[in-house]
Amino acid sequence: MLKSLLHNRLSGLLLLAIVIFVLPVFFNNPFHYDMATQIAIYATTVVGLNLLVGFAGQISLGHAGFFGVGAYFSAIMTGVYGWPPVITLLLGAVLVGFLAFVVGRPILRLKGYYLSMATLALGFIIAIIINNEGWLTGGPDGMPVPSLSVFGWELSTFSSYSFLGMTISGSLAWYWLAGVLLLLGVWLAQNLIDSPIGRALRSVHGSEVAASVVGVDTARFKNLVFVISAVYASLMGSLYAHFQGFITPDIAGFMESIILVTMVVLGGMGSTIGVILGAVLLTLLPQLLADFHEYEMMMFGLILMLTMIFMPKGLLPTTQRFIRSRLSKKKGEQA
Amino acid sequence: MSKKLLRRTGLLAVTLAAGIFTGAQAAETIKIGSFLSVTGPASFLGDPELKTLRMYVDKINEDGGVLGRQLELIHYDDEGSASSARNYASRLVRSDRVDIIVGGSTTGATMAAVPLIEQSQTPFLSLAGAVVIADPVKKWVFKVPQSDRMAAERVLTDMKERGFTKIGLISGTGGFGRSGREQTLAMAESMGMEVVEDVTYSPSDTDMTAQLTGIRNNSEVDAVFNFGFGQSPAIVTRNYAQLGIELPFYQSHGVASNSFLDLAGDAANGLRLPASPLLVPDSLPENDPQKPVVQSYKEAYEARWDESVSTFGAYAYDGLQLAVAALEKAGSTDREAVRKALESIQGHVGVTGTYNMSPEDHNGLNADSFRILEVVDGDWKLIE
Amino acid sequence: MFAEFLQYLFTGITIGATYALIALGFTLIYNASHVINFAQGEFLMIGGMATVSLIGLGFPLPVAMLGAILLAAVMGIALQRFAIAPAKQADPVTLIIITIGASIFIRGIAQLVWGRGYHSMPNFSGNEPVNIGGAVVSTQTFWVLGVAAVLVAALVLFFTRTMIGKAILATSMNKVAARLVGIRTEMVLMLAFLLSAVLGSIAGIIVAPITFTSYDIGIILGLKGFVAASLGGLGSGMGAIVGGLLLGVVEAMTAGYISSDYKDAVAFGMIILVLFFMPRGLMGARVVERV
Repeated sequence: MLKSLLHNRLSGLLLLAIVIFVLPVFFNNPFHYDMATQIAIYATTVVGLNLLVGFAGQISLGHAGFFGVGAYFSAIMTGVYGWPPVITLLLGAVLVGFLAFVVGRPILRLKGYYLSMATLALGFIIAIIINNEGWLTGGPDGMPVPSLSVFGWELSTFSSYSFLGMTISGSLAWYWLAGVLLLLGVWLAQNLIDSPIGRALRSVHGSEVAASVVGVDTARFKNLVFVISAVYASLMGSLYAHFQGFITPDIAGFMESIILVTMVVLGGMGSTIGVILGAVLLTLLPQLLADFHEYEMMMFGLILMLTMIFMPKGLLPTTQRFIRSRLSKKKGEQA
Repeated sequence: MSKKLLRRTGLLAVTLAAGIFTGAQAAETIKIGSFLSVTGPASFLGDPELKTLRMYVDKINEDGGVLGRQLELIHYDDEGSASSARNYASRLVRSDRVDIIVGGSTTGATMAAVPLIEQSQTPFLSLAGAVVIADPVKKWVFKVPQSDRMAAERVLTDMKERGFTKIGLISGTGGFGRSGREQTLAMAESMGMEVVEDVTYSPSDTDMTAQLTGIRNNSEVDAVFNFGFGQSPAIVTRNYAQLGIELPFYQSHGVASNSFLDLAGDAANGLRLPASPLLVPDSLPENDPQKPVVQSYKEAYEARWDESVSTFGAYAYDGLQLAVAALEKAGSTDREAVRKALESIQGHVGVTGTYNMSPEDHNGLNADSFRILEVVDGDWKLIE
Repeated sequence: MFAEFLQYLFTGITIGATYALIALGFTLIYNASHVINFAQGEFLMIGGMATVSLIGLGFPLPVAMLGAILLAAVMGIALQRFAIAPAKQADPVTLIIITIGASIFIRGIAQLVWGRGYHSMPNFSGNEPVNIGGAVVSTQTFWVLGVAAVLVAALVLFFTRTMIGKAILATSMNKVAARLVGIRTEMVLMLAFLLSAVLGSIAGIIVAPITFTSYDIGIILGLKGFVAASLGGLGSGMGAIVGGLLLGVVEAMTAGYISSDYKDAVAFGMIILVLFFMPRGLMGARVVERV
């Protein structure tokens, strides 16, 4: 039964839903919700990035740029021009999708490290523009972001809401929102993977030359997944901006891009649930290491190195394989 | 068997994770929270700030603590990232449940935490300098350093007194530099002076000769002002001397530390800057109320850490002392009482200046708290 | 007018030579093992910081430099043996993350040992700048250019004249074939990392008097080195040098003539443009893709 649990895609989604639902039992204070919400937002972002890096095998070192554009677009439009956040979220995604489409065609012709270089450069350019155009973006010191509001009803971590007779804190409400969006994101991604598009992507990852030989329009599919992952990032970026209430240009920076890719690789490239684990670990690790103070950086680097050396396929795939081999060993012994 | 093991491990992992989050409940200590940029691009600020806080919390505890209770310093490193700063502020307020926060090395970090501070009603002493922190006044947010507007004002006033009205401005594109540049431009306009050349560099740049050449070639420039901190102003200073630019050179308070002199070397001779008297305690007249405070901080810091004092460490010192003064004045850790006490602090002599807070002024300093120093023969000299 | 141009040019080629040396380090390792070593910048940092701290302990400059280079060499070998070799056939992305983890680890130790401050190193031949056609140039610039030229020449000789050098080239062309003719490829890999570390640390030492040094200068300089290497074409030594110099000069010219705010953006934009028209960099080899 456990074996089938590991294989079945739908069960992964179900397991995730259960975890999201049950987790609040362990939370003591709003800070835990805070972190969980951020983890969920980052998790959804990397579920999107995983499609590009994990499935299609395209290295992108500038993804935080899309995250940042989504965040700033929503922040500026709601803060300065007073547009409703739901509109700016969606419009930002459209804008970023278009940007990714335009930029994607030429960039995705590049291969391997050259592609990573081009995406790196793109991310940098975006971050530099955000940093320099202070009249619009508040510059390096950042800008405040109004809270998420739908038709005048405001969702803020500082408020309390009543729902079916119970009082729900804003933190909890945000957690539910992020959790639901995560489930949605995973569901969409899994559907994509199981569709002809997903199969085309995997063929591109396996061997681009072979794929084009059998008639797969590799350029079109690479571009498609690039746009989709950019849209994921933009939506989550906008959400993040409204959640945090304040953003600075470094959310679009090189370091953030590296963290996103690390989440994908650490959790397990090509594993939708795995990358969520990656997001959890990489967000929690600094918090857990915080008490080590000056040793924090050293330990973080060491953990990263060791994990990747001994679990090169990522945490979840390696663990799955380990459990699977243990199970089959047992079966062998019993037989 | 494997199912049970899996479940147990899962439970253990979750419990461990949850357990690490519950802050330690120490008995009866007054909790002082801090989030600082100890590593990263702003470590020039956060590193001495942390050292100062740790040192003085120990000292105060040795002397019996505050209100008969020991102080407990809970500090985190936001690595110069405003998002991390906000997360750590959230952790301090919601998980660690601190009584007061002294921190926020950079403006970005401070502003990111402000909504949380205001909502959780935690007294907060920010160690960052942009005007926007205390203007408009926020109920629970107080500012320890002088603002960058005051620094610009002080420098431009000195320039004007010496007859220079056309300025060449070179600034960093980081928060400190950018904000300083904006304030300088605004201040110059209001004082009837003009910035005729305006160039920038990135904080990670290693050579500013190109930018300085632009300033040198503009014959209108009377005097040059560099707004930045960290190692960049030292590079600018060296390039400045190398290019042989003879114009009067001003730096901002961001370089007020001996490490700047170590880096810039002889090239720094002749430049002026606004600074607290921290660097020239012995030049202060005997009756200057700041003299004993500044001298004791300088000696204690340099003895403990074997490195030169910096203006930024002094902000942390003043922040902590203000916090302690407010706690003692309030007689308890009740937040509203502490806040009111902070607002009513008058004549508090600190290293950075003498603080006179009020409900309308949560900074308590003005441009006069800056002295003008000049570098002479590789050392600081008090001009006025 | 011309003096201004010369000034920018000298600034550009000085920092460009540094980028070139780092890019060469990337190229060396990439050629031998197809790994992009994101910890390359840390070799630079170790070169500068170790020299400064050894000088501080009382050692004369030449001894301190030697000690720093040795330390970097050891780190290079350790990196290859303990981080890269165990990872074997991992994905390129995984290897990138490993080297990033290594760079964070090295930086973490560096800040523990050497603290977080900035340190200066005296110019090798004094502070009096030299005047060339109206441009003012620090004497250290000549050291940077001179040492870089010597290193490049030495590398060329090494690869074309010595057995070991040719062995490295052979391994990079075809690992299995190299092993078949008796080349010990493990040794070759270690050697590549060692050379790369030595190169990086020397670059760090000669440039420290100009840029100052601290535990985190490796990040941005390493990154720029990678950019330069890609620009020139990964795997091409000539490309690394051309890429590095070009990057430095474009940065300086943009800062001087156009806008200092956007000089990095322009440099990055240039990279993207070059890669559009020459997808393997300026001098990248036409690689046959094996299906």
